Amino acid sequence: MVRHGVVAYGGRPVLHGVSVSVSAGEVVAVLGANGSGKSTLVRAALGLVPLRHGSAELFGTPVRRFRQWKRIGYVPQRVGAGSGVPATVREVVAAGRLARRGLLRPARAADREAVDAALAAVGLAERAGEPVGTLSGGQQQRTLIARALAGEPELLVLDEPTAGVDAASQAAFAAALRGFVAGGGTVLLVAHELGPLQPLVGRAVVVHQGEIVHDGPVPRPAGHHADPEHDHVHPHPPYDLPGLWNAQ
Amino acid sequence: MSIFQYDFMIRALIAALITGATAPALGVYLVQRRLSLIGDGIGHIALTGVGVGLLTSHSPVLTAVLVATAGAVAVELIRQRGRASGDVALAILFYGGISGGVFLVSLAADRSSTNLTAYLFGSPLSASRGDVVVMAILGGAVLLFGLVLRPWLFAISQDEEYARVSGLPVRTLNLLLAVGVAVTVTVAMRAVGLLLVSALMVVPVATAQQVSRGFAGTMRVAMLSGVLAAGLGIWISGTRDTAPGATIVLVAIAGFLVAAASSGALRAARRARARVPAPPTSAPPVPVSARDEH
Repeated sequence: MVRHGVVAYGGRPVLHGVSVSVSAGEVVAVLGANGSGKSTLVRAALGLVPLRHGSAELFGTPVRRFRQWKRIGYVPQRVGAGSGVPATVREVVAAGRLARRGLLRPARAADREAVDAALAAVGLAERAGEPVGTLSGGQQQRTLIARALAGEPELLVLDEPTAGVDAASQAAFAAALRGFVAGGGTVLLVAHELGPLQPLVGRAVVVHQGEIVHDGPVPRPAGHHADPEHDHVHPHPPYDLPGLWNAQ
Repeated sequence: MSIFQYDFMIRALIAALITGATAPALGVYLVQRRLSLIGDGIGHIALTGVGVGLLTSHSPVLTAVLVATAGAVAVELIRQRGRASGDVALAILFYGGISGGVFLVSLAADRSSTNLTAYLFGSPLSASRGDVVVMAILGGAVLLFGLVLRPWLFAISQDEEYARVSGLPVRTLNLLLAVGVAVTVTVAMRAVGLLLVSALMVVPVATAQQVSRGFAGTMRVAMLSGVLAAGLGIWISGTRDTAPGATIVLVAIAGFLVAAASSGALRAARRARARVPAPPTSAPPVPVSARDEH
């Protein structure tokens, strides 16, 4: 579904010829330390970062010629924290519907219902009229997930959806994702740690210094991370990679 | 209100009201992208268009629209490149625009008695019937563009990268927005002048932000506040014989100060009430609701 042989970025290579493909119905997590290139990998797949060599395909079409964007729901790393003008939660989520709506076509009942459903799925239905800027970080993140869900995509691409998100939002987010996967959706998510999402993830791709060092079952956490009750506080020190990824 | 028995005052009022509604309708997108000063730069470039018009005996409004549009497209292309040197490129473009304008107008000075000040700071009182008609047509087109395309323009202004992954024609919409800004600047030239255009694109939006919760609400309140400032400004300048463009802008700024002070007081009151449990009968004043129905 998403295929690469990638190298990328300015003068400095960030990815050294990596190849990944995701099939329909899979839930794949791209794991790695900060600066490992895991976000770049996913952004290259979406055509947001140019490839120096290699190719990226979405649903079998080279990304440059890909036009069926409504099949993809993208959740970027975090809203451009508070844009100049306030926007309500509903307004932001409704923007996710535009991929399906088509230019200049007025909103129909189905569009409004999809927005309502997406808001409900992330547990923000009652806050729809509030300015996004007044929500907590976790609620803002849920708004972005609702925006992606509003387009009723087949593939959900999430870039660090749980980074710095409070426990309540993480749980709401995991529930929303569970619902999406149960409906037959495919998920590609970039994460630093999986937290409550772990049971959902079927396959993990571990990126380390621009190369894929693991592609298969989710590695078993080791050391400090092995404690299921461990209190993970962000921002946190560089990933303790050796202890984790060499433990398998 | 007896000043409005004169036709030229009526024309001035209409010209100002068109500007008051149009400028914030596009300005809201610029403020959202934190490009509040772009309108000012495009106003500078438009002055070259005025100079070209005067020198070649064409309508200065027409040539200003053309030159400002070309300038706005150039600005947008520089912005899309996102280079660090883009900042300097913009400065050269803007100052080149204003000095080119002054230069050309001075060349044309022996041919026409036009006062440069009229274009820089506005002269709604001298607007002819034809001027007002042109303003109404251009202003109406810009207003329609800003209102009808709101969901899409909102999407590209709020999160451009996401809009690209949504498959929206981001580049085309950006260029259209740039052209819209250029036309707005030219429309407003008559009423408040090229140096003050940007104020009417930004100040009413800042005022609206104090009271609204959403984007659509901000846009509506900004247009309302722009229209009020324009109407009140023309009335004051007509009765007190003050410079109309500057008066309109000062009224708009006064409106912003009032809105900022009252919303600050309201927040403080609400915080105080939150600390001391209030009787449930005192419903908190609800700010302008911003339910989006598009």
